Amino acid sequence: MTKMDPKDVAAIAELARLECDDATLQTFARQLEDILTYMDTLNQLDTSEVQPLYSPVRHETAFRGDEVRQEYSREELLSNAPEADGRYFIVPKVF
Amino acid sequence: MTDWHTQTLTGVRDLLARRDIGAREAVQASLDRIQATEDRISSLLHVDAEQALNRARKLDELGPGQNQPLWGVPLVVKDVFTTKGTPSTCGSKMLQSFVPFYDAEVIRRLKEAGAVIVAKSNMDEFAMGSSTENSAFQMTRNPWDLSRVPGGSSGGSAASTAAGQTPASLGTDTGGSIRQPAGFCGLAGLKPTYGRVSRFGLVAYGSSLDQAGPMARTVRDVAQVLEVIAGHDPKDSTSAPVQVPAYTRALDHREDLRGLRVGVPAEYWGEGIDPEVMEACEQALDRIRDLGAQTVPISLPHTKFAIAAYYIIVMAEASSNLARYDGVRYGLRDSAAKELKDMYTGSRSQGFGPEVQRRILLGTYVLSAGYYDAYYKKAAQVRRLITEEYEQALTECDLLCAPIAPTAAFALGEKSSDPLQMYLTDVFTNPLNLTGLPGLCLPVGQGSRTKMPIGLQLFGRAFEEQTILQAGHVLEQALPPLPQPSALADLT
Repeated sequence: MTKMDPKDVAAIAELARLECDDATLQTFARQLEDILTYMDTLNQLDTSEVQPLYSPVRHETAFRGDEVRQEYSREELLSNAPEADGRYFIVPKVF
Repeated sequence: MTDWHTQTLTGVRDLLARRDIGAREAVQASLDRIQATEDRISSLLHVDAEQALNRARKLDELGPGQNQPLWGVPLVVKDVFTTKGTPSTCGSKMLQSFVPFYDAEVIRRLKEAGAVIVAKSNMDEFAMGSSTENSAFQMTRNPWDLSRVPGGSSGGSAASTAAGQTPASLGTDTGGSIRQPAGFCGLAGLKPTYGRVSRFGLVAYGSSLDQAGPMARTVRDVAQVLEVIAGHDPKDSTSAPVQVPAYTRALDHREDLRGLRVGVPAEYWGEGIDPEVMEACEQALDRIRDLGAQTVPISLPHTKFAIAAYYIIVMAEASSNLARYDGVRYGLRDSAAKELKDMYTGSRSQGFGPEVQRRILLGTYVLSAGYYDAYYKKAAQVRRLITEEYEQALTECDLLCAPIAPTAAFALGEKSSDPLQMYLTDVFTNPLNLTGLPGLCLPVGQGSRTKMPIGLQLFGRAFEEQTILQAGHVLEQALPPLPQPSALADLT
């Protein structure tokens, strides 16, 4: 049984750059506890000798030469920017 | 065209190839059907009528080119694919105003084959869901019963094709998101082998699980679309450098199922299945035997751990993939924020809906320092056990066969307040994504109680899609065809 209280959820949310109000923290805490408790069923299996499998890819990683190519124009790359000055992405001050 | 909504892709393609109809006429028929059905089912997020008609006009001027098996055919694609110049929202407020400047590789291939993309379909936000109820924009309804879900996350594509808006559509399958909605809406749908179809331009959710694939009214149509979109893409390092067979031609090489060993895994045919699903799938299994296949009892004991392993892995990957949405380069920005960190937090909190936030939080938790080994690594170890078990089973038989879901399409709102209950509906589709193996869903009848479509799935060995397509095609020919979806039957 994994315990999860609203304070724990707030700490994870901080790491994930999310902000939740108190009611949402309460709801998430309850739901995450439920879900993680269900995940605990994996502990019934002894996997001490098992190599993890992170990807089903069956072929060798393909490498290519590290050559500079221009695939898109600056204008295209900036086209979805919430704020830009025609050359750069503009963001608020860092701190 | 009066019977547009009943046409198969192969039928439409032949009409176009013979020039019985032009590309414009086909696209117009599709737009008319959208007009007639959309207010009932709400399957589409953007319809680009002008662009589609312009493209059709150009195609008509040029005529069919060499190697254009989809010349003039209108298609709908899930809004998870980037389409140049057309909004690609992924069902999220975060990407509400996002207009890509490039096409996903599968879109490029469809266009090159002569297809016309008429619309982008609704989906669960960032493909996270099993009912399409997590879309930030609208609720899609099942064309067989407007009070039920179309399935998800590719529910918009499934509802659209079932309603006859276009003869086929594209979806993506991370944990069953092609196969389950295909089953719920009475369609054939294929999740190809991981790596068979390029993921370039597919908005990432679970990178080791995501795979794009077709949904259509017949197995032949699915095979036709797969033939166009499959194949190695140097732009995607997980794309497999494997030859693509001529899938549609392979269908003509089998008339029955003699010589095929079909595995029946006990774990998929046991408790918790609605009797009407069991009844329809067992009847299909009888047909499989009548057609000459030998059925083999199989045991896959680790299947019961698949949901837990799958959700840990997919949430971990999602939290990592969705870190890119920071309000800097694209997507929603909290413009009231005075400092960078507040802008990140504000943008993400306003842009993501509750299910996406839940999965990011869970993913962040299972990847965090103290819990990584207990959750993420453990899930990856269980993933290996499941994969080895399925691969071993597929040495004892040529394909495996199972119901697509424990029930037919459930009611709108029935599970949306309890995330864990919703996750558990994926019980029969998740394992295949963990293993990367291909799976085909095909409709095998209607439930005796609900009258909703019931789907059966066939799993195959890696890169052996033609085996399950051939078997599915033979079985499909032996089953009575489904009628038109009941909630649209008054529209002719």
